[in-house]
Amino acid sequence: MSNKILSVRGLSRIHGEQCPLCISSTGPEHDTNICPHCGSVVAAHDVSFDLYRGEILGIIGESGSGKSSTVKMLYFDDMPTAGSATFHDGDARHDMFALNAAQQRGMRNKRFGMVYQNPHLGLNFQISAGGNIAERLLMSDLKHYGEIRTRAGDLLVRTEVARQRMDQNPRTFSGGMQQRVQIAKALATQPPLLFLDEVTTGLDLSVQAAILDLILEIQHELGTAMIVVTHDLGVIRLLAGRTLVMKHGRVIESGLTDQILEDPQHAYTQRLVASAL
Amino acid sequence: MNAHYELPLEDAGYSFGFLDEYAKKEVRRCILKAIAIPGYQTPYASREMPMGRGFGTGGLQLTLSLIGAGDTLKVIDQGSDDSVNAVNLRQFVQLTCPGVAVTEKTQEATLIQSRHRIPEKMLTEQQILVLQVPYPDALVVVEPSEARRKVMHGEADYSRLLVKLYEDVVRFDEITLSHRYPTRINGHYVIDPSPIPRWDVPKLHQSPALVLLGAGREKKIYAVPPYTLAEPLVFDDIAFRVEDFRDARGQRIACRCCGSTVSFLDELIDDAGRVTHQCSDSAYCEEQQEIHSARKQA
Repeated sequence: MSNKILSVRGLSRIHGEQCPLCISSTGPEHDTNICPHCGSVVAAHDVSFDLYRGEILGIIGESGSGKSSTVKMLYFDDMPTAGSATFHDGDARHDMFALNAAQQRGMRNKRFGMVYQNPHLGLNFQISAGGNIAERLLMSDLKHYGEIRTRAGDLLVRTEVARQRMDQNPRTFSGGMQQRVQIAKALATQPPLLFLDEVTTGLDLSVQAAILDLILEIQHELGTAMIVVTHDLGVIRLLAGRTLVMKHGRVIESGLTDQILEDPQHAYTQRLVASAL
Repeated sequence: MNAHYELPLEDAGYSFGFLDEYAKKEVRRCILKAIAIPGYQTPYASREMPMGRGFGTGGLQLTLSLIGAGDTLKVIDQGSDDSVNAVNLRQFVQLTCPGVAVTEKTQEATLIQSRHRIPEKMLTEQQILVLQVPYPDALVVVEPSEARRKVMHGEADYSRLLVKLYEDVVRFDEITLSHRYPTRINGHYVIDPSPIPRWDVPKLHQSPALVLLGAGREKKIYAVPPYTLAEPLVFDDIAFRVEDFRDARGQRIACRCCGSTVSFLDELIDDAGRVTHQCSDSAYCEEQQEIHSARKQA
């Protein structure tokens, strides 16, 4: 059994009608991701990487660079126009985009977890915090009320939300707590792969640090592989072992995080690192 | 018009059963499809009926498409044969279906159209129960988009309904749905079994009679075929339970008319302002009263 959990090859997403010149006339060297010939938006093109068990991969880039698009495709929120992704689940291999809708839903509910920047995307604000976690447990076919209660409570305690607040609506929670509930929800089915899309953006610094600590603890404890999307170099430095740098829909640099931060090769990365320091 | 087929027009200008033969044929085809896919909401071209939508047009179209000269019809509304809606529907069928007998006795009927109740008396293989449905889709409470609901039904994705039940148990320590209890048919589709109380849901399970549900406004027909699984959605450790008719001392309340302690009761307030209970199924109640008076005489 290889240690690989996800291998992505040539993943592309183009919004719009597409013409043969779309690819050759966009990208960092053209300083745009909008095709000047047909107006299509090349959100991501030819994204390839491997992810190993328990590893945290960072994807960094400015707004509109395609980092969120990449993760959305892998979480089946959006379908790619080209490319493939293979999910290694134990000894089984799944060609993710060849699965039917029900299989994709099953994989999303049971094997993946997602934490969005905006808690409104990841949580249902009509129901209690515990209900949100119950929803994911119910989706993975756990139908025992007592067990759902216990597990939801434990997860909230694990993510440092008081058990007494379990039956309250997440609307009444602070931003940091909402994010913790989202993490608890994502972890409910103990997925081997977790997607984190700008999880600390918009939180104050001390809360950011606490959330990042929590993420690292979870990774150590459960060995969950993660893909962390962010535009914050600090988050990348703290969490990610390897990093992809994206600009205008392309991966312009990839490698060990330390290497990228200490010795950036691409001009954009150099600027990015210089501006942060 | 088809030259080979003459509509059997009556003097009044209506064909037997008010609906024209083509309309009845379409409804019958949808009924067959609904039976073939238990619990699936079959779309059909709900006709304009001479009554407001929401007054049982879905059930009436099913009844009129199924009824023939040899049939005996019973119509119930809220368990009673004598309420306004039931009387009107019965008269309409009598008017437009000459030769059809009507009855109030459950065991005599071959076709029963009902709203809110399934008769107390066990139905037989020879009978068809037609239920009028206001809201056919059980998922409507958790998903507003019909397109997405269809995908959810196709994939048998009902976890969000269970989340609703979970929230109920969290807040009230029990499931508080009084009627329209989501029920899974034949292990796949979850239906809204029309506004029947929880009391009647177990009667759908392995019912010897065919149960057809028609929603006129929402243009859907679905079915619980005879001897089919009908399981209310529940958690593994919280059993489904029906209405509890025990008083404060734990005594089962009896019907004030017939004294039955095994029927579904309606709560009434009498002229003196006291709370009393009475069988919801009027035909059952009358039968029990007759049995009692026969015993007294003997």
